[in-house]
Amino acid sequence: MNIHYEFPLEEAGYAFGFLDEYAKKEVRRTILKAICIPGYQTPYASREMPMGRGFGTGGLQLTLSLIGPDDTLKVIDQGSDDSVNAVNMRQFVQLTCPGVEVTEKLEEATLIQSRHRIPEVALTESQVLVLQVPYPDPLVVVESSEARRKVMHAEADYSRLLVKLYEDIVHFNEITISHRYPTRINRHYVIDPSPIPRWDIPKLNQSPALILFGAGREKKIYAVPPFTVAEPLVFDDVPFRVEDFRDEHGQRRACTRCGATDSFLDEYSDDNNVKIYQCSDSAYCDGQLAQHQQREGKA
Amino acid sequence: MSYVAIKGGKAAIDGAAAVTEFLRGRDDSGEPLNLSAIECQLRLLTSRVVSEGGLYHPRLASLAIKQFQGDTLEAAFALRAYRSTKPRLLATPVQNSTNMRCIRRISSAFKDIPGGQMLGPNYDFTLRLLRFDLADEDPNEFRSIARKFLGALPEADLPDSFPKVLDALRAEGLLPPVAESRNEPFDITREPLVFPVPRSAALATMARAETGSLLAMAYSNMRGYGDVHPTVAELRVGYIPVMVPHPVTGEPMEAGEVLVTECEVVAMYESGKADCLPTFTLGYGACFGHNEVKAISMAILDRSLQKGMQDGPENPSEDPEFVLLHVDGVDSMGFASHYKMPHYVTFQSDMDRLRTTQGKARAADQASQMEVV
Amino acid sequence: MSNRVLEVCGLSRIHGNGCPLCVESTGPENDTNICPHCSSVVAVHGVSFDLFRGEILGIIGESGSGKSSTVKMLYFDDTPTAGEAVFFDNGERHELFRQNAAQQRSLRNKRFGMVYQNPHLGLNFQVSAGGNIAERLLMSDLAHYGEIRRRAQELLLRTEVLPERMDQNPKTFSGGMQQRVQIAKALVTRPPLLFLDEVTTGLDLSVQAAILDLILEIQQELNTAMIVVTHDLGVIRLLAGRTLVMKHGRVVEAGLTDQILEDPQHAYTQRLVASSL
Repeated sequence: MNIHYEFPLEEAGYAFGFLDEYAKKEVRRTILKAICIPGYQTPYASREMPMGRGFGTGGLQLTLSLIGPDDTLKVIDQGSDDSVNAVNMRQFVQLTCPGVEVTEKLEEATLIQSRHRIPEVALTESQVLVLQVPYPDPLVVVESSEARRKVMHAEADYSRLLVKLYEDIVHFNEITISHRYPTRINRHYVIDPSPIPRWDIPKLNQSPALILFGAGREKKIYAVPPFTVAEPLVFDDVPFRVEDFRDEHGQRRACTRCGATDSFLDEYSDDNNVKIYQCSDSAYCDGQLAQHQQREGKA
Repeated sequence: MSYVAIKGGKAAIDGAAAVTEFLRGRDDSGEPLNLSAIECQLRLLTSRVVSEGGLYHPRLASLAIKQFQGDTLEAAFALRAYRSTKPRLLATPVQNSTNMRCIRRISSAFKDIPGGQMLGPNYDFTLRLLRFDLADEDPNEFRSIARKFLGALPEADLPDSFPKVLDALRAEGLLPPVAESRNEPFDITREPLVFPVPRSAALATMARAETGSLLAMAYSNMRGYGDVHPTVAELRVGYIPVMVPHPVTGEPMEAGEVLVTECEVVAMYESGKADCLPTFTLGYGACFGHNEVKAISMAILDRSLQKGMQDGPENPSEDPEFVLLHVDGVDSMGFASHYKMPHYVTFQSDMDRLRTTQGKARAADQASQMEVV
Repeated sequence: MSNRVLEVCGLSRIHGNGCPLCVESTGPENDTNICPHCSSVVAVHGVSFDLFRGEILGIIGESGSGKSSTVKMLYFDDTPTAGEAVFFDNGERHELFRQNAAQQRSLRNKRFGMVYQNPHLGLNFQVSAGGNIAERLLMSDLAHYGEIRRRAQELLLRTEVLPERMDQNPKTFSGGMQQRVQIAKALVTRPPLLFLDEVTTGLDLSVQAAILDLILEIQQELNTAMIVVTHDLGVIRLLAGRTLVMKHGRVVEAGLTDQILEDPQHAYTQRLVASSL
């Protein structure tokens, strides 16, 4: 191209927090609007980030816009701090926000960014949870036009979504939605709570912490403000059920590592094809193990 | 209680980065790629990345191509991400492509046009036969190419700019007059697309869309899932001077020039409004760099989307939501790639559902079998 | 409390820009809907009528008469260019064309029923027959699965849809059965006003007769006010107590069905009655 034109490459560097201040300002304003209209998918001009769309750019923009020098950040994916995506995210924030603390201990964190799980231990009023969202709109399964979906949300007309649940019960005697269970916030907007398992849905209801949802590719931010009603869509006579971790004898399975019987368990096979069950929330598992060791130490 | 290791993610990522770098570094030639070589000798590749990255910085585009080992989606992505970090200093007024310093300019609509048909650099009439003499190119021969070409240039008095073919059609009334728009062009980097969107939003989205995606959709329209039946009124490639107002005097001054490919396509005529005569309809495509397939595809889609927005879409290529939400390479590639990420918690949840459902079906089967007995 | 359900006044619909000469240049006297001056189509002009509780009003005409366009506007599938309509419900007055989109949708989903000639307009082919009815119930805030199922079953039984077909997709049903599902779906919210647009056109005669009988029975049971749009005098004769005859967008004759059939006044009505005998 213009071979006579030179641009000094050294001046092409990166700013603190990666995003420029105008981008952060827009995200914060969008967050405020989202909190004012619980569950409403607020559009914003989502910026491109150095990781791919689908890898949590929406959640990341929320984190980068909120994080400050006094914050301590925890990042998890599938419940684990050490999952590759979480490691990648955490390193990026450390790189672009020098001086910010990171932690694996939930109680030390002020800001938690998570993909697909909400931590087992209840959050507090001084914490903010950021969830990564691939599909913000639960109506996308029944209506492909976004313009028409907006009208349905505005009028709280979720009949076509409820009919899907009806049809599930007719054919399978069960509502077959596993993760991304449609949940009604503050008795109006129904959200897609991101691919968290049913196990985590009850944690949205009356949460002391602010829960924010960021969809980077779809360019939407929505919120479940603290102490807000969050109800999974059900029928009066078909209750909401979480995942069942009982074995064939009806006994609730325990984590192979720490023995907990009250957490969401990952299931996988080891090298001898033996099934292993382990806490998905790795920090919780560490905590349980530490408690056991303490007790054994005392005994 | 057995202890299962649940650490190691960081080491894995570091190892992956090392082996990726190794694949780049084990070139037998021992020569690291020169950015200028990429920018010049692979100029069309650089054009593509500049266009899809949405940032006119050919040198950074060539760096991205080098860093990401030739993956255009990744390279465009890197450029786009870099763009995110730059604050906006000013917005230029609308630029006029009539002032383009053309290197190529053709029209299929007419045998000849004022200013002439200037073929310029293109492969249209080249035979796609591999040139094996390029395999082991002598550096001296290579260096003499430019020298010989410039030395053999004939004397010619080319005008600085060429008139637009469409202006002649407009003067005759075969095209509607240019509509004056008082609205600012839609800024897709600042506002999300909320349908229905104005034409400027559609054009901006397509200008930095992934070439293959645009081509596939335009092709569907050409082949019959659509009604455009285009004729290229003008295709031009060249350097448009970027005029910005002087910070003190306000007078327009040239800040630099950008290489642009622009295509104007004339399509089926449609009956005019109440007391106007029918006219041809127009499709417009333009992108950074030299990328003709992209500009032509964009022009066809511009026409089909306008038709879709006016009459309601009858084909996917006429549906603004279908086209505009699926042509961005960064969005689509990111999402396709994200399926490689761990999804085991959601899968666990799926397994739970299926096991419960199977359980109920089995119980129902057993119950009905017992009844039979 | 008045027995009036609907009061329509001066309803008009013009497609195109319109001009001051549209109305006088079109209509039955000019034998056209299309204005010769501006090429606009006067689909409906000056239609006025009342509808009372429990009454079936017929609207008869050929294609292009404006009968379907009239009813489309009342069901909010189209917007009038002029005219008013008032719906009376439980002592409340609803001025239909002054409502906002949300209010119109609410009336449409909860207080009106519509059965279309084309089942693709009235049914959702992505869910089962029972699901179609459930969808309507779910729009009116019923959230009990067992109750929804019971109501759907009840209505499908009433409209003589075989019970084993309740959970099947209506795209596998015959035309007659699809219409039955539409009728069940329209009635499930017990609306005081039902629109039926050419619902038996295209069906076999015996199937038509069965559907017409069903409609009559339902009207007698539920006392629903209905507007039946058709080009078939036989349907009018069977169902409608009063009838409007439309041609080229205007009402040319209105009155008791028996009277119109025995003693038609307008030349067009006379031709219509004569041709069907």
